[in-house]
Amino acid sequence: MKTQFVALRTPVIAMGVALAITAVLLLLAGADVFAAFGVLLGGALTTPSRISDMLMLLAPLLLCAVGLTASFAAGQYNLGIEGQMTVGGVAAMWWLRGYQDGSPVILYWIGAVLCGMLMGAVWAMLVALLKRYMHVSEIFAGLGFNFVALGLALYLVFGPWKRPGVASMSGTEPLADALWLPTLTGTRLTLITPILAIVMLAIVWRLIRHTHWGLQVRACGLSALASVRMGVPATRRTFEAMALCGACAGMAGALQVIGVYHSLVPNVASGIGLMGLLVALLVRADVRWVALVALFFAIITSGSIQLPLALSIDSSISGVLQGLIVLAIIVARARRGEEAA
Amino acid sequence: MHVSIQQLNKSFGPVRANQDITIAFAAGQIHGILGENGAGKSTLMKLLSGVYKPDSGQIFINGTAVTLGTPRLAVQIGIGMVGQDPLDVPVFDVLENIACGLQMPNDADIRQQIIHWSTTLGFPLQPDQRMRDLTVGQRQQVEIVRLLIAGSDVLILDEPTTGITAAQVAALFAALKTIVATGKTVLFVTHKLDEIVALCDTVTVLRAGQLVGTQLAMPISKEAMLTAMFGEFLTHPQVPANPISTDAPRWQLHDTLLHDTTFVLGPLNLSLPKGMIIGLAGLEGSGQRVFMHHLAGTAHPDRGHVHFNGQPLMRANPLVAWLPADRLHEGIIGAMSLSEHVLLMRDSLLAPHQTAHAKAAQLIADYAIKATPDMPLQQLSGGNQQRAMLALIPESAQGILLEHPTRGLDTVSAMAIWQRLQVRRDNGATVLFFSADLSEVMQYSDAVLVFFGGQVSRLLARDSLSEEALAALIGGVGFAEVSA
Repeated sequence: MKTQFVALRTPVIAMGVALAITAVLLLLAGADVFAAFGVLLGGALTTPSRISDMLMLLAPLLLCAVGLTASFAAGQYNLGIEGQMTVGGVAAMWWLRGYQDGSPVILYWIGAVLCGMLMGAVWAMLVALLKRYMHVSEIFAGLGFNFVALGLALYLVFGPWKRPGVASMSGTEPLADALWLPTLTGTRLTLITPILAIVMLAIVWRLIRHTHWGLQVRACGLSALASVRMGVPATRRTFEAMALCGACAGMAGALQVIGVYHSLVPNVASGIGLMGLLVALLVRADVRWVALVALFFAIITSGSIQLPLALSIDSSISGVLQGLIVLAIIVARARRGEEAA
Repeated sequence: MHVSIQQLNKSFGPVRANQDITIAFAAGQIHGILGENGAGKSTLMKLLSGVYKPDSGQIFINGTAVTLGTPRLAVQIGIGMVGQDPLDVPVFDVLENIACGLQMPNDADIRQQIIHWSTTLGFPLQPDQRMRDLTVGQRQQVEIVRLLIAGSDVLILDEPTTGITAAQVAALFAALKTIVATGKTVLFVTHKLDEIVALCDTVTVLRAGQLVGTQLAMPISKEAMLTAMFGEFLTHPQVPANPISTDAPRWQLHDTLLHDTTFVLGPLNLSLPKGMIIGLAGLEGSGQRVFMHHLAGTAHPDRGHVHFNGQPLMRANPLVAWLPADRLHEGIIGAMSLSEHVLLMRDSLLAPHQTAHAKAAQLIADYAIKATPDMPLQQLSGGNQQRAMLALIPESAQGILLEHPTRGLDTVSAMAIWQRLQVRRDNGATVLFFSADLSEVMQYSDAVLVFFGGQVSRLLARDSLSEEALAALIGGVGFAEVSA
């Protein structure tokens, strides 16, 4: 019991410090601190449509964060998550472009999600390959491939897949109405995306925590040298964990295309992958907390959208708060002598 | 510059690395500092060069008490140290490397000084050469020139002849003699007796953190130096040694050249028989680790092959278990329990957790490990971690490689570990280990390999050796007669 208390004390203190610094920043900006926190923490939960918007952010965020717990477990800092999400969207769009009126829609949905997962996994494996065989840090390789993915999406949006006549940043020709994922009446929420996110959470949790495969992945992440010494196929496990992460991100990208944008937009990842990295940095490889932390981040990000209207405060304060929380926790861990990841 | 030290003490936790060191180094001479690994040589030099702060005691320069504190202060006072591995900026050129630490760099001036010192000392250095294009020996020369330009009157060199060519050693020795002729002082740390004889004016011997006797003026016999380094040699109650068997060998090396990033070992011609415990003797860093990596199959020879059971060893072999000294970094996974380790080392992806738990409990009982099956191994004491690592060696292992198998363990734990290893040996496994403790090598080995100067001796029957003779071989005395 005592160790559990100590383990919880650090994040609670860190959280307090982050909230306090945010409060000071709000004060300096001349804002009503309590009202601002009220909107940040509660604004996303006031109406059904706001809750549904929050869930629509939560679903891809959770998918990315869940994937990242797998790559973190293998000791990899997968900063290429945004690119993996982008190519997931591209692959989904490629599959959906084959749709003709009257084809069975369900095949196109499943196919698009599978294409997205496959492409995301391939994109992540490229990073793992560069790391293993060319000794390129996965951080730099991942960032590099993010730009390649963005370039690919831009090329398709402005080139081969552009709308007839006009090429614009707003995306390709929208999907046929039949391909739009059905939404809950009166909201933009497609119920299937949060459900898929929770299914993936359960699968990854099970894999990482309760299988021999997950044990070997975690061993590689904790000590590559020791695990190789004991006969763990470290290269393979690292590749597989990266591919799993890429598949989760690719799924998120595909779902954004089918359920949110209804076309391929260049910025299909829109920073959700990076926010997922913040979540993963907080929970590290511990899958148990990922849903809660992702929910919290989704709530304050969605809530912050109302700040400019309600209180004339810029919505970027939610990003400041998220960044501060992560920073405070990392500093707290470093002070306790733990590794940063 | 005359350096003297009064009652200097430095501890790291419970380890007293330097105890009550009182000594003086006269100007204009080369002073040898001799001792085996862990004797406290490097600590003393780091105290003098400001890397460490002493717990108590005083350092006097030309009779004035000084506080060194940081390497920068030490250099300003006039003490400079050339470390074992050159610390420089590889993408810089020689000029930039020398200029970046100086107070008021003036390129033209420094360029001229580099040329001046290189010519005086006979170093072939050009100010515009890139550091990364230089050999280790040349980088060391840059370091010496840098310290001289920074105004050092005392130069400390820590094992400077490791990893440099014979010609560079000769150039270094000539240069050091030139340097002291100008009234400067050189402190030369080494474990090689020949170098002391060839170079030094005095020799100071450290053992277990303490000064042995007083500073001695050369010449001194190598035997006297050895006795000072290792103490009086005791005879130990010995476990009877197995004779060297002539069956088909476990490992075989034929004209094999081993290497790591900075070290070349060989060429080696060796046969290591089945069912023996073989001690690797030699000062730390004489190639034992490189040797083990190759026997484990995790490193590959530059030339030739390492054969295991008659087959060339191309990758890590499940029949060979390697137990590294750095347990928590390379050996086991600290955050995981013994049960998890048991699971981890199984092939099956569907290994049921219950049987792993039972197996771990069995190992805990068999090896008297103070732990529960679910306790993270990092919470165990060093001795229990070592037992856990031993317990995890598969029954099928035919080769067992151990680095410092009993380092940091109490006597009872050490004996328990050796009993297990002797059982493995009697079941046909070949056990190789290296240890900084000569008496451990003498006590438990059936045969010994001595590592010195990038070479390995032939397999020497333990009963043909005394601890004294082994100490001499480690210092290179008489090594030529036993080299393979």
